[in-house]
Amino acid sequence: MMMRRIIYAHPALSFVVTLLVLWQIVYWLVGPNALLPPVETVVYLARLLQTARFWGHISETGTAFVVALAISVVAGLATGLALGMNRTMAEVFEPFLLAGNSVPKIALYPIVLLIFGIGMPAKIAFGAIHGVVPVAIFTLAACNNVPRILLRAASTMQLTRWDMIRSVLLPAALPDIFSGIRIGFSLTLIGTILGEMFGSQRGLGYLLMTAIGLHNVQVIMSVTLLLVLVAATANTVLLQQDRRLRNPGGTSFQKPD
Amino acid sequence: MRIVFYRLVAVFLPLTLLEILCREHVIKPLILPPPSRILLGLWAVIANGAFNAAIVKTLANVGLAIVLAVVVGIAAGAAIHRSRPLRTLLEPLFSTYYAIPIYAFYPLFIVVFGLGDTPQVLIGFMLAVVSMIVSTLAGLDSVPAVLGKTARVMQLGAVETVRSVTMPYAAPYLFTGVKLAIAYAFIGVIGAEFIMSGTGLGYEIRFAYDNLDNDVMYPLILLILLIAVAVNMSLDHWDRALRSRRERG
Repeated sequence: MMMRRIIYAHPALSFVVTLLVLWQIVYWLVGPNALLPPVETVVYLARLLQTARFWGHISETGTAFVVALAISVVAGLATGLALGMNRTMAEVFEPFLLAGNSVPKIALYPIVLLIFGIGMPAKIAFGAIHGVVPVAIFTLAACNNVPRILLRAASTMQLTRWDMIRSVLLPAALPDIFSGIRIGFSLTLIGTILGEMFGSQRGLGYLLMTAIGLHNVQVIMSVTLLLVLVAATANTVLLQQDRRLRNPGGTSFQKPD
Repeated sequence: MRIVFYRLVAVFLPLTLLEILCREHVIKPLILPPPSRILLGLWAVIANGAFNAAIVKTLANVGLAIVLAVVVGIAAGAAIHRSRPLRTLLEPLFSTYYAIPIYAFYPLFIVVFGLGDTPQVLIGFMLAVVSMIVSTLAGLDSVPAVLGKTARVMQLGAVETVRSVTMPYAAPYLFTGVKLAIAYAFIGVIGAEFIMSGTGLGYEIRFAYDNLDNDVMYPLILLILLIAVAVNMSLDHWDRALRSRRERG
């Protein structure tokens, strides 16, 4: 009963504690050759974070990620809006978007490398490939979910195309678009890291790949922990914002279903 | 009909343009061979049979990951649905899971399970299972509580309840879960093969890339894309057929 109360009161905290306990148990099962226990991983990560070289890798990954995310969001929004404003176009291209989402993008990696060569542009491109499709899909769906009456009102008022995007479409579609950006954020990060694993001499993904080669469990575990922490934190913050957008306290406009 | 025509244009216009650019060497053959040559290469690669083992290996691992994910996902989803505390505890996992770079765990799996098929299947399974669990939960949530009570009042057995009460409501959600699981299993297994393994299509693509063997690499990439798109489209088609039948009947 006690356990239940704690879980209901602090779900996230209980989850993290459960995870840490499981991690320690798995460590006892598989041994130090394969895994580092939680405390030692945190200590090692803290030590890495005090070195300038590690921060060099972080800033490299960070830069690539930020640029890739910007491209994903801008290109995804543009694609989604362009298709969302035109029924025929939407019907023609939606299957392509959905198919693009189900494709294992890692198979495209050699092509990206051949085009961009090893280095920053390849990572950025690979991150953007992962992020752009979900942003586009969600934006398109968001446009389709905008109540028809708003669009009709806009055309009655003879708004220009740009005014109509700015003051009707975007505000009405914002919650769904934001969900797309949240998912695009995660996928872009995953894509950027994957890009670094194969086509780079710098960054956290590269660090991970060399650590795999050298069987350096300490580095593998600490970098993985750092990535999971960053991804989970960012996602939690974005998710809260997402819920706030969907459920604004005491606003008047409710989307009719 | 018009839509299909536009779709064909949307596929073939860029392809034709690419073909011309490649043949005119605006795009160097070292970067991208002409699409027609990739297509012929795909035929050659399949016909000469050198990659059949890799294709079979990948499809078998993907299949295994899908079956495991669907079975475990439905079982776990049903179990989690019964236990409120467990569900509250796992809710944070479901909401952040797909933000986490699962591939980062791959090195650990290799250390623990060795370089066999297990790490690849496990990555595919891990990516796929959570969407199956979440879909199962959504499906079970969609069953009206009053019908569960009715089933109990009528003293239906467990099997009969699932067949005539749960499934009609939950089936569309489960189908969505299976669809997602299949896409994720492909992504997981092929990605894992690509990162580090000695077999499968992902590995063969990596190998061809390292040897600058575009005549093998591009056809194999095309093969993966075709398989993924074909599977996805036929599932979509089936899904839509099921839905429209339900709406009519």
